[in-house]
Amino acid sequence: MSLATHDTARPDAAEPLMTLQGIGKSFGGVSVLENVDFSLFPGRVLGLAGENGAGKSTLMKVLSGVHQADAGTLTLRGRGVRFATPRQAMDAGIAIIHQELNLVPTLSAGENIFLGREPQRWGRIDWKRLFGQAAELLESLEQSIDPRIPVARLSIGQQQMVEIARALSLDAEIIVMDEPTDALTDVETAVLERVVRTLRGAGKSLVLITHRLVEIFRMCDDVAVLRDGRLVHQGPTASSSEDQLIQRMVGRELADRYPYEPPRLGETVLEVKDMVAPGVRGVSFSARAGEVLGFGGLMGAGRTEMCRALCGDVPRKSGEVWIHGRRVRFVSPGQGLRAGVAYVPEDRKQSGLVLDHSVADNMSLTALPAFCGPLGIVRHARERAAVDHYIEAFRIKLNDPRQRAQTLSGGNQQKVSLAKALMSEPEVVILDEPTRGVDVGAKREIYLLINRLKRQGKCVLLISSEMPELMGLSDRIIVLANGRVSGEFLRDDATQEKIMTAAAAAAPMEN
Amino acid sequence: MNALTSNASFTRLLIDNKAFLALIVLVAVSAAMSDSFLTPDNLLNVLRQTSINAIIAMGVTFVILTAGIDLSVGAVLALTGAFAASMTASGLAPWLSVPGTIASGALLGVISGLFVAYGRIQAFVVTLVAMTVVRGFALVYTDGRPISIGGGEVADAFWQLGGGYWLGIPIPIYLMFFVFVLCWGVLHHTRFGRHVYAVGGNEQVARLSGIDVNRIKVSVYAIAGACAALAGVVLTARLGSAQPNAGMTYELDAIAAVVIGGTSLMGGRGRIFGTLVGALVIGVLNNALNIMGVSSYFQMIAKGAVILLAVLIDSRSRPSS
Repeated sequence: MSLATHDTARPDAAEPLMTLQGIGKSFGGVSVLENVDFSLFPGRVLGLAGENGAGKSTLMKVLSGVHQADAGTLTLRGRGVRFATPRQAMDAGIAIIHQELNLVPTLSAGENIFLGREPQRWGRIDWKRLFGQAAELLESLEQSIDPRIPVARLSIGQQQMVEIARALSLDAEIIVMDEPTDALTDVETAVLERVVRTLRGAGKSLVLITHRLVEIFRMCDDVAVLRDGRLVHQGPTASSSEDQLIQRMVGRELADRYPYEPPRLGETVLEVKDMVAPGVRGVSFSARAGEVLGFGGLMGAGRTEMCRALCGDVPRKSGEVWIHGRRVRFVSPGQGLRAGVAYVPEDRKQSGLVLDHSVADNMSLTALPAFCGPLGIVRHARERAAVDHYIEAFRIKLNDPRQRAQTLSGGNQQKVSLAKALMSEPEVVILDEPTRGVDVGAKREIYLLINRLKRQGKCVLLISSEMPELMGLSDRIIVLANGRVSGEFLRDDATQEKIMTAAAAAAPMEN
Repeated sequence: MNALTSNASFTRLLIDNKAFLALIVLVAVSAAMSDSFLTPDNLLNVLRQTSINAIIAMGVTFVILTAGIDLSVGAVLALTGAFAASMTASGLAPWLSVPGTIASGALLGVISGLFVAYGRIQAFVVTLVAMTVVRGFALVYTDGRPISIGGGEVADAFWQLGGGYWLGIPIPIYLMFFVFVLCWGVLHHTRFGRHVYAVGGNEQVARLSGIDVNRIKVSVYAIAGACAALAGVVLTARLGSAQPNAGMTYELDAIAAVVIGGTSLMGGRGRIFGTLVGALVIGVLNNALNIMGVSSYFQMIAKGAVILLAVLIDSRSRPSS
C-alpha cells in the first residue's frame, strides 16, 4: 500500500545520474526519513517540497554526505557510493548550498568562494587569479559585487549569490540549493532563475528546496513532495496544480491561502513625517488602528532600514513620529516599546530570539517588567501564565516551555518571536518578513494571527517580499524605492504590475 | 514519593552540573587517600580557604554571563583591601568601612564597565589595563608596604570578618553563602538577572527586546568589583593587614572556578551554583594535595589538568549548536 503517486512517464527519460533507494534516517530513535526512493536526472531541475520538518534538508544532507543514511543505498552514475564526509560528496561532484549561509564574514567574497582551494603560484596564493575568477563567477550570476570586499558588508541576498558562486566554482554535476530564494529579492530571484536554466542547459542536475510554490512551477521540471519523512509524490511539475501540491504537502486541503478579513478601522495611531535615517530618505505615512499597512519594494529599497529607525534601533536623523497624536522621541528599542512600538525582526535567528535560551525565557523577555514586583523580582507564576496563554493562543508546538528555542521548527520559532513582541501589548506592531523560512501550514497560522491583531485594533506594519502575501494580507500598500515612498495603493487597486512598476521606479543605485 | 522526587532531582542535579559530580569524586578520592581530609576541622578549613576565591568568582560569573571577562579583580582586591585597612586603622567601624570598601570596588568596576559598554573596547583589553593600573594604585597607595589594621576594639571587630567564628563556623563561610544566595536570587529571580543572560545570549536580540544593554554591562562589572572588594575585606581582616601584592593571579583562579562550574565564556549560559562548586573543586584539590604533601610545583600541574578535564567533560555533554 503505497502513498506515493509516481508518474513514470518521462518524455526525455535518460539514465538517472543519481538514485537513492530505500533511504532511512533517524536521530535518537526519532525517524526522520523512511524508505525514500528518489532519482536525479542530468539536465533537469527537481523541486523538493514539503512542510518544515518533513525531512527535506535531512534528505539533502544524506545526499551530500553531511549525514549517513541508516538504511538504503546511494547510486551515482550506476555505481554504489557511500559518503563519509561532505568532502567526499564534493569530490564526487555534489555541491550543496545550505539554508544557513556558510561564509566567513570577515573574509572577502573571493576568498570565501575559493576557501580551502585557493589558486596557488610558487607556493603562495595567486590573488590576481583568485579575484579574477571570483569576479567572473559573480559576473555569470549578474552580480557586480567586488570580490575583494568582506562578505559581512554584503546584503544577505548578495551573500547567497557568493554561496552560489562557490558551488559553481566546484564545477559540480549535482547542485542542491536549500531555500536559495528565501533571502533574495524578486530581481535577484529572476537572476537565479536564469542561472538555473543555464546550468540545466549545461546538463547539470539541480535540486531546489523551496517554500515558494510559484518557483517550483516556474523553475522545476519535476517535483517531489516529502511529508513526515516519506516521499508522497514524484513526477513532472506540469502534471500537478499548485493546490494539489499543497494538499500533498500538508495531507489535507487548505482553504483560501490568504484569509483576509476586512478591517474595522479606528483612529489614526501612527504618523510618520518626513523620516530620514540611514537608507531612508524622507518617508511619510500614517496608519490607523485595526489596519494592516503593507510595505513593498525591492531589497535595498529601505524597508528594513525604515523599520529599524521607526522602532528606535537606528537613530533617526530628522523627521517626526507621532503616536495617538503625541510626538514621541525615543532613541532605543526599549523606549520604543514603552511608547508602544514593537518590532519583530526579519532575521529570527540573529535578531529575534536567543536560540540557546528556553522558549519561555525568550517569550517573556520583552514584557518582563510587567511580571515583576518590587526590586525587579520576577513573579514566576504570572510569567508562566502569560507564556502558557500565548503558547495555547498561538498554537505553538512544543514539549515543554523550558526547551531551547533552537529545537523548535522555523514556524514555531516565528510564533515565539511574535508572542515575545506582543506580550508587551504594543499599539504598533512592525512585522518584517514574518513568514520567511516558514512552511505552508505555519504560514497560514501566522496570517490568522495577523488577522487577530487587526481585530484587537492593533496597527500592523507588514513587510513582505512575497508579492501575493503582501497583496493578500494588506489593507493598503506603500511601495518604497531608494529610501522614498514611490507609490501607495488601496487593497482593491493594487496589482502586481502596479507594485512592481512603483518598486522599480527609482531602483537603488548602490552596488 | 517525596523521597523519590528528591532522588530524581538529585540525579538531575548531577547531570546538569558535571562539576558537582567532579567535586564528589574529588572528595571521595581525597578521603580515600588521606585520613586527615574528611575531618570537620579540615573541611571547615577548605571552605574558609575557598571563600575568597568563591566570592570573587561569583562576581566574575555575572561578567562572563554577558560574554565579558574581568582580569582586574585581583588588583581591585588589593587596592580595596588597602582602603579597608587604613579605614580600620583610622578607627572607622566595620559597619561603615565595609560598605565603603565594597562601594569603592563597585566604582572601580563601573569605570571598567563604562569603557566596555560605551567605549566599545574589548573587555579583555579594558580589564587588562585596569589590572595594571589598579595594581599600580595599590602600590602607590600602600607605598609598597603592608598596611596594618592596627589594634583596639575597632580592629578586633574588623578582624572577626576574616578570622572570627560564629557557632563554630568561620565567618568567611557565612559571607560566602550569603553572597551565593544573593547572587542566585538576583540571577534567577529578578529582571536584572534575566537581562544579564539575554545580553550574553545575543546582544542584538536583547537590545531589540528593549533591554538597555550598556546599563547591564556596566552593572555586571560593578558587581564583580564589589565582590572583589568584599573578598579584599575578608583577606585583609584575616591577615590583619593589607598587602600591596595581595590577590595576584586571583583573577585566573576565579575564571577557572567559573569555567569549571559550566559557565560558557561565550556568554548566556551558566549558573551561580556551578561557580560555587567550581571554587570548591579548586579548594578541595589544593587542600588534598597539600595534605598529601605534593610539592607546590606539581600542584599547579595537577590543578591545570583537573580544570582541563572538568571543562572537557562539560563540553562533551552539551548539545552542540
